[in-house]
Order: sequence, then structure tokens, then C-alpha cells
Amino acid sequence: MITAERKPLDEILELVGDKKKILVAGCDTCVAICLTGGEKEAEILASELRILAEKDGRAVEVEHTAAIRQCEWEYLDMIADKVAAADVVLSMACGIGIQSLAEKFAPKLVMPAVNTNMLGMPQEHAVWLERCVACGECRIGLTGGICPVVRCSKSLMNGPCGGSHDGLCEVTGPEKEEIECAWALIWERLKAQGREELMFTDRPPKDWSKSSSGGPRKMVREEAKPV
Amino acid sequence: MEGTFEPEIIVFACHYCAYAAADLAGSMRLQYPSNIRMIKLPCTGKLEVIHLLRAIEAGADGVYAAGCLEGECHYLKGNLWARKRVNHVKDLLAEMGIEPERVEMYNMSSAEGAKFAAAATEFTQRIKELGPNPVKREGVSPHAAAREALGGVAMPDEPLASAAAIVEEGHAE
Amino acid sequence: MTATEYKAGSNLEKVLASGAFAVTGECGPPKSADGSVIEAKAKLLKGYVDAVNITDNQTAVVRVCSMASGYVAQQNGVEAIMQMTCRDRNRLAMQADILGASTLGIKNILCLTGDHMSFGNHPQAKGVHDLDAINLIKMYKDMRDEKKFQCGDEMTVAPELYIGCAENPFADPFELRALRLRKKIEAGADFIQTQCIFNIPKFKQWMQEVRALGLHKEVKILAGITPIKGAGMANYMKKFVPGMDVPQEIIDRISGQEKGAPQQAEGKKLAVEMIKELAEVEGVAGVHIMAVEWEVAVPEIVEAAGLLPRPAVA
Repeated sequence: MITAERKPLDEILELVGDKKKILVAGCDTCVAICLTGGEKEAEILASELRILAEKDGRAVEVEHTAAIRQCEWEYLDMIADKVAAADVVLSMACGIGIQSLAEKFAPKLVMPAVNTNMLGMPQEHAVWLERCVACGECRIGLTGGICPVVRCSKSLMNGPCGGSHDGLCEVTGPEKEEIECAWALIWERLKAQGREELMFTDRPPKDWSKSSSGGPRKMVREEAKPV
Repeated sequence: MEGTFEPEIIVFACHYCAYAAADLAGSMRLQYPSNIRMIKLPCTGKLEVIHLLRAIEAGADGVYAAGCLEGECHYLKGNLWARKRVNHVKDLLAEMGIEPERVEMYNMSSAEGAKFAAAATEFTQRIKELGPNPVKREGVSPHAAAREALGGVAMPDEPLASAAAIVEEGHAE
Repeated sequence: MTATEYKAGSNLEKVLASGAFAVTGECGPPKSADGSVIEAKAKLLKGYVDAVNITDNQTAVVRVCSMASGYVAQQNGVEAIMQMTCRDRNRLAMQADILGASTLGIKNILCLTGDHMSFGNHPQAKGVHDLDAINLIKMYKDMRDEKKFQCGDEMTVAPELYIGCAENPFADPFELRALRLRKKIEAGADFIQTQCIFNIPKFKQWMQEVRALGLHKEVKILAGITPIKGAGMANYMKKFVPGMDVPQEIIDRISGQEKGAPQQAEGKKLAVEMIKELAEVEGVAGVHIMAVEWEVAVPEIVEAAGLLPRPAVA
């Protein structure tokens, strides 16, 4: 699923500027599941903005709402009236939802209240781990179902670098948390599968033109397009 | 300031412990400040971030949750969840430039009337020292706002054993 | 061997091909536009090493680039081994730079993944990692041997390259290390330089695996040596440098001396002893001395190890 984290309040305030009528728009799909931008969180942010305005003696009107999915036109119709009434919309959806909203209601001012950060797997309640970068050329069939592009800090394609120690990466995460060495995991998985030889096959350079390096991607399913 | 400022404090009290402890405090004729207004919950685990914020937004000077002793929640972990949410609200308040001490979590058993009174006294004193919530709205009742935010989660008020009378007299014994 | 049979004909390649025990050094370019630092380090090492590694933004800290520094080193009489990391360049830049380096007369290239950005002074930088080190080795080999760019396009004049890479015998999973070296050799590595060795028994165990695979006959292995300047440095490497295996007895030996000159003397003595021991290991073709910000120690160590004069292999 797509995950996001809320921006710091100061940054949100800066984006809102001196606008008087603010709509906080949550999205009840991915960002709701990751407890960042669903209706509940939209209500919390709206409350915070009202508390701050009151505290600082500013007259603002803050409403909140949520679309079932901000990334689909149909669901945006359902919040159109509230958007129309606002001077600025603070979207708590992922980057896709924010842009859909901005495009649908252009030139309405739509601001991001979250930072979309990854395609993550919920490892346990309230913990997400990055598992995919949508590189457009999946090779995990050769790596025991473990993606080295996203799980190796250097996106190595041909085995562990010299910084792998005790199953851990030499790099630590932003919160100084330990990171598992993807290639140590891959090696163990390949051994368990009896496919060790895959470790030693040459993997040519990746085709990054299939990723965002190739420009914005577009997918069309002709057979599924409406007639 | 102190002396004239009488804070409005909302207490989210668990039906199984703190609410009963309040009743006991009354029976024991213990004094505690009349600044607190209680809302009974089936468990503090039902308390969400927005409920605490709504009370602050409506002008409550302080808000606290009073749940069972840790490890003794009737629903096992409701009070632990409540503590985490209270702590999260502290972070949100700090980010807004409002004293995080305005929200708190207390734990007590139904048999701890004295602890209930002590918590009410300590917290009221703390809020008196902090001064009024910078968010104040004319004609808005924090108690009513918090109740409304809780919706069907809040349980009906029950008259507590003579506590109110004693508090209003102000000097029992 | 005639000149035409060399892959690049660099001094390092010739020394190794002659069967002589090779010595390489290391020079970290300065963190400012001060070419005189490189000149001074090159002059210091001239005559004591067969070639010198020029690091490429080592530990992810910005320095004078390895191509310019390598050129300056060669102008001052020491052959360069230009390091190239996958961290800072995509395949276009890596090919353009190797063509550029080649036109400047640089022949030895060391292909590295590179220390992660988070260790350096620009942790917010975007890591490139378009290719990994094995992809890079293969790309340079194809440029040299097939006259082909990575995309398959042909070139008229191929760069003459002696291609090296690094290997850490102390990293995990240990069972993979020798096998992964084979992968680097298959990709096209001509020589390797190892991570600094302090744990000699473990290094010997790794060499045993390397010999069992016959790899020591396919690639020239230079054993990495870092003279320890003091107990503080030894402790730091043990605790904080990724992939470093510093046994406690080494630290104790250095700590047993007074701080300052006595510890430095012990560090140099230890380095000499280790070089002599490593030279006896079958399959070790030379040493790579990485005297981090202590280049002045190198001539003394090389001399004490009995590795002078360096062979002349015109």
C-alpha cells in the first residue's frame, strides 16, 4: 500500500498562508489505513488548525471531509461542494490523490498536508516497511522474492557489498534503526529454495527507462477501455 | 492571577475504576476541587485523540483521563492505549505552542478514593499555575463539546455519593 | 610478455605480470581546490609504490575528483589507480569519465560501489547506483576489449584499462565472499585490492577458499594494509568503520605503548610484520598500503619490509 506521513504543523501553516476558509480533505483508502490521512486524521488536523487560529486571534473557518478515494474522479464529485466553498484545500491523500484533487478542481489552491513516502508493507500494527519502488522491471523472480532495488541501500544487483555484517547493512535508517542486508536475506532464501546458483549469475544493468527515469509513465489497457 | 482563575477541567473517567473512586472519595468525605467535570466512559480505551482536542478547542484549561491501574484494565489494555493517545496529544499541543501539561493520564483502582482526590487536586493546582487555556470561546462549554465529540461512547452521568455537596461546602471535617 | 599482450601496459600491470611483489599506496585528494596537496603526496610516495590509488569522494565526502587528482599524481611521477564509485555517477558519466581519464593517460581503474551517502558530508544527496560495481567492471571490460559502449554502440579508439575492484574478505555472509570474487573476475576484474587486513587467520581462511576455486591464478590479489597510527584509531576502526575486523590483541598491542611516537612506531612495526606474513601467503601478489592521512609513514614501512627498490619494468 501507499504510505504517507503528516507534514509538520509549521509547514502546513505556511502552505495555508492567510487563507480564511480551509478544507482539510482526507482520503479513506491507503492513507487512512496507515493512520495518516483518513477522515479521523483530517478531523484532528482541522481541530488543531482551529485551536491555533483561536490562540493566535485569527478568524478562520476550518472544515474537514474525506473522499473514499481522492485518486478517482467519481469520488471527488462527492466532495465538490465543500471544495468549492474553500479558499484552500489541505489534502491528506497520497501524492496521487492530492494531484487528482488539484486537477479536478483547478485552479483551486490545493496543498499537501502529508509527505507520501513509500510503497510499504504493514509488518505489524502501525509499522510499515518499504517493499517496492515501482521500478517497472521486476527481478525478484531471480532474488528469492526479495527486492534488492529497494531493500539494498545501494540497490546492488549482484550480491552483498563489503559492508554486510551479521545479516545487517552498514547503513542505518533515519532513526538509527538497523536495516537487514537484503543480499544476506536473498542468499538465505535462495539456499532454502535450493537455487544458490542464481546468486552467481550475472545480472546486467537495470533498465531504468522503465522507472521514473524514463519520464512520467502511462499505462493503457486497450482491451479494457470503454467502447 | 491565582485566586481569581478557576480552571475548567474535563476528566474522562473509566466506569470501572476512576468513576467509582470518585464516588468513594465522596463517601470518605475527602475534599477535592470543584473545577473538575467528569465524563464517564466504559473504558479509557474508548478515548481518542480528537476527544481530547475537542475539549481543548472548546476552551477546557486542562483535560485528563483517569483509567484503571496498568495491568488491571477490565478490557485488558484500554488504559494503555489511552496513555499512548494522551501522550500523542501532548506532542500535538507542543507542536501548537500549547503546554503539553494541560493533558494527562492518571491510573487508579476503584478502591482508591484518596488517589482520585489527590489527582484532582494535583492537576487543578498544575493548571492554576499554567494559567488559562489560550483558546477561549464565549458561550462554549468544554464539557458539552467533549460529550458531543464522544457521541454514544460517553455514559450517562450518575449522581456521585455526596461528593458534590462536600466540595461545594468547601470544608468538610 | 611483449607490450602488445598487456591489457593496458600500466606500470602496475607490468610489475604484477613480471611476478614481482607489487606495492600500491593510497592518496586522498584534498577537500579544496589545492593541487599542491596531491603533488606533495605524490612526491612522497614516488619510488616507494608501483601505483597509487586516488580515492573518489572517499567516505562520501566531497574532495578533488579522482580524475584530476590522478592526472596531477602522474605529472608528479607516480602512476595513478583512479577510483570510480557507482554512488556519484550514472553510466553516461562513468563512461565519459573513463574516456576522459584515458585521454589523460590514466590506465588503472578501481571499480567500487562507494560508501553510502549517509556516511559523508552530504547525507541528503541522491545516490545514483545506476550500475553496481560488477556491472561497472563489465562495462569497462567491454569498452576495452569489444570497443563497445554499454548500449552496444561502437567506438573507434578504446580506452586502455587495467581494471581492478575491491573485496572485503571480512564481510558477511563469509561463505559468499570468495564466490562473489569469482563473479567479479568473470565480469572482467584484472586485480583486486582487499579491505584492510588485521585479522590474518581469517584472511588466510578466505585465501584458502580463493585458491580452492583457482581464483588466485585468474586475478592479482593485493592484500590491504593500514598502519595504525595510535590506539584511538584502532578503536575507532573496530567500532565505527563498516566491514572492518580489528582483533582485540592488535588494539592491546598498540595500547601497550605510550601515546604518540611510541604507538606510531609500534603501528609501523606491526604493518611491516603483517606485510612479511602476507607476502608468504600463496596467491597474494602484492600489498596495498592505505595509510589514511599518514602517507609519510609509507616509505619507511616499504623499506623496512624489504620491498625496495621498486622494480623498473619499462
